[in-house]
Amino acid sequence: MSGERARLDVAKTYKLYIGGKFPRTESGRYVSFERGDGAGAVNVCRASRKDFRNAVVAARSAVAGWSAASAYLRGQIIYRIAEMLEGRAAQFASELHAEGVAEAAAMAQVEASVDRLIHYAGWADKYMQILSSVNPVASSHFNFSLPEPTGVVACVLPERPGLLGLVSVVLPAIVGGNTVVALASESHPLSAVSFAEVLHASDVPGGVVNLLTGQRDELLSHMAGHMDVNALALCGVAADAATEAEKAAAENFKRVRRFDDVDWSADRTASPWHIDAFQEIKTTWHPVAN
Amino acid sequence: MATKSTLAFEPGWQYDPAPESTDHVSLRDSYGLFIDGEFTPAASGKTFETINPATQAPIANVAQAGSEDVDRAVAAARKAYDTVWSKMKPAERGKYVFRIARAIAERAREFAVVESMDGGKPIRESRDIDIPLASAHFFYYAGWADKLDYAFPGVSPKSLGVAGQVIPWNFPLLMAAWKLAPALAAGNTVVLKPAETTPLTALKLAELIADVGLPPGVVNIVTGAGDTGANLVRHPDLDKFAFTGSTAVGRDIMRTLAGTGTPYTLELGGKAANIVLEDAALDQAVEGIVNGIFFNQGHVCCAGSRLLVSEAVAEPLLERLRARIDTLIVGDPLDKNTDIGAINSEAQLARINEYIDIGRAEGADVWQGGSEAPKSGYYCRPTLITDVAQSNRVVQEEIFGPVLTVQTFRTFDEAREKANNTPYGLSGGVWTDKGSRIFKMTGALRAGVVWANTFNKFDPTSPFGGYKESGMGREGGLHGLGAYLDLGMGAGA
Repeated sequence: MSGERARLDVAKTYKLYIGGKFPRTESGRYVSFERGDGAGAVNVCRASRKDFRNAVVAARSAVAGWSAASAYLRGQIIYRIAEMLEGRAAQFASELHAEGVAEAAAMAQVEASVDRLIHYAGWADKYMQILSSVNPVASSHFNFSLPEPTGVVACVLPERPGLLGLVSVVLPAIVGGNTVVALASESHPLSAVSFAEVLHASDVPGGVVNLLTGQRDELLSHMAGHMDVNALALCGVAADAATEAEKAAAENFKRVRRFDDVDWSADRTASPWHIDAFQEIKTTWHPVAN
Repeated sequence: MATKSTLAFEPGWQYDPAPESTDHVSLRDSYGLFIDGEFTPAASGKTFETINPATQAPIANVAQAGSEDVDRAVAAARKAYDTVWSKMKPAERGKYVFRIARAIAERAREFAVVESMDGGKPIRESRDIDIPLASAHFFYYAGWADKLDYAFPGVSPKSLGVAGQVIPWNFPLLMAAWKLAPALAAGNTVVLKPAETTPLTALKLAELIADVGLPPGVVNIVTGAGDTGANLVRHPDLDKFAFTGSTAVGRDIMRTLAGTGTPYTLELGGKAANIVLEDAALDQAVEGIVNGIFFNQGHVCCAGSRLLVSEAVAEPLLERLRARIDTLIVGDPLDKNTDIGAINSEAQLARINEYIDIGRAEGADVWQGGSEAPKSGYYCRPTLITDVAQSNRVVQEEIFGPVLTVQTFRTFDEAREKANNTPYGLSGGVWTDKGSRIFKMTGALRAGVVWANTFNKFDPTSPFGGYKESGMGREGGLHGLGAYLDLGMGAGA
């Protein structure tokens, strides 16, 4: 604003996050946002189908390692995400504010996101004890049922809240050993891109979370139709588009969860039953007497 | 060993016929639809015949439900849900389900005989497995009715409402039990459609349900073919849909229910690997392989239809397996000595034979053993297909008959890769003498049910269901209960 300013700001380039790297979209396209704080326009990548497919490859390659990581380690890494986010609270609050969230609400959302991360960090080595069972069968077998991750989960994240919505949808999937390709809020994408930097600084292996910015209308059918995606989380997707996505998902029996009209600030939107949504139950019959 | 192992008995010894008596069975000439507690004809007046696949003789005429009848059944279920079942004290609801369990046990032999007559399965199996497990399933879930808050902590689980259910012909009464018991215990009312080739035990169950005094409309049973099922899945007043059957129909159901918000569980096809490691007890493994694929003529979605055997023991194992298969008796389902009964229908027999031809055309070696099959009725001798590749259709696709493909492997990784390399993920088996190898292999299989040193074991307490294209959701156990409850996780959570 002022011509007497001593130095020029260095603006951030908002990029995608795929396989632990920060590429621009291969398509070269962008979407421009006018920052709400008067600091000018911001360009974010408009991811293409090809970007999505690259992200699925990265997510698939990360499944074996991440799902085999110990529950304790996953908990430690998720706790580390919370630590990194806490340290950058002011930056995230300012970005949310730039997207039009009131200052106090923006900081409250960042704090709620940190707390939700801590909540799920604590679930990492506990949800199995809630979701599993030992089954008293009538034959001489030790019979038990355990949750295992479904695999690659594609998420259309809530339009708002941009950051808390992302954390609330992505975390239960990755706590449970899945990997994720998530399409950030179309109207509030900035904190998602910055969240990728937090993930990157938190020992989350590359490919476990892949974050795209872009347009739902363009990408949803590709997400629903991709044959190497195992599950779909659809948050606030318009009824017709969601129905089409569910139909496409049937081709390879993607597990579809829809979240409409959810108040993500409510405590009950975080629970082991959200982790359960992207788990498969495996029952094992182990011999006892033979 | 220089001599070939053989299990053939001395020449001259024959099994005498050992037929199960049928004179204690009460069957009507015709059955209506069971709606709102009463048997009524279809609005169209249409009926179809159900036949005995072992003799091709008609057994009874059964009403064929149209859309009007399905509407009436759903309306009866809705009324029963709103006025009676959802208002009943959970412990009282549970007592009704207990009654069903006890009544099935009382009438077990009659159910077993009817099951074998209508579906073709050996009386040994319907008597010792299907019917006792059906009763046990109701008994298990009955006890959950007043304990739902303990099952799913923190969410106050609630019943869903009216459930539509479509079941297959391979375990007619047992599948009805798998569907009805958790639905009723959780507080839902039901419209159930049995398979068109095996409606009789479900209709006998309807009689039993009326006899035990279950309030009218809580369970409604509509008979018919695929059209009836399609009418049911498309019905706008369902709160839950559950299906067991083919993956192709499951996919159609998923598309039909897209956008409705109706929760569903799908238990679909399979192509299970039965993996024999080199340290397995071979005779025990042979019994397990036989049980894995020839149980119920191989009409089992979780059948161990792909044998994967370590190269180190492949030769002796296959020799013993062929010798054992040659002792199997293919014949009258009602004979107590029969191992492999009748194929369920003419259409299914044609499908199995088509796959055997496909195997031959793909260059595989086809071997059939067991006794000669009876001249009339639908039968298929136990079949081994060797010299197959992973990409062969007989390895990739579900045959749903007594047909086993055989592949070998050298390393753990090769076994895992081959086992997981189909679109299915319902079940699997591993044979080894070492506990840690059991866990290593069962952990590596992408399948919902894994048996170690056994196969095709079922229990009401044990969750069952698939990964990948074998479906979603679980039946049985605690997890099967959750499939009939609202845990507040859907839209508007």
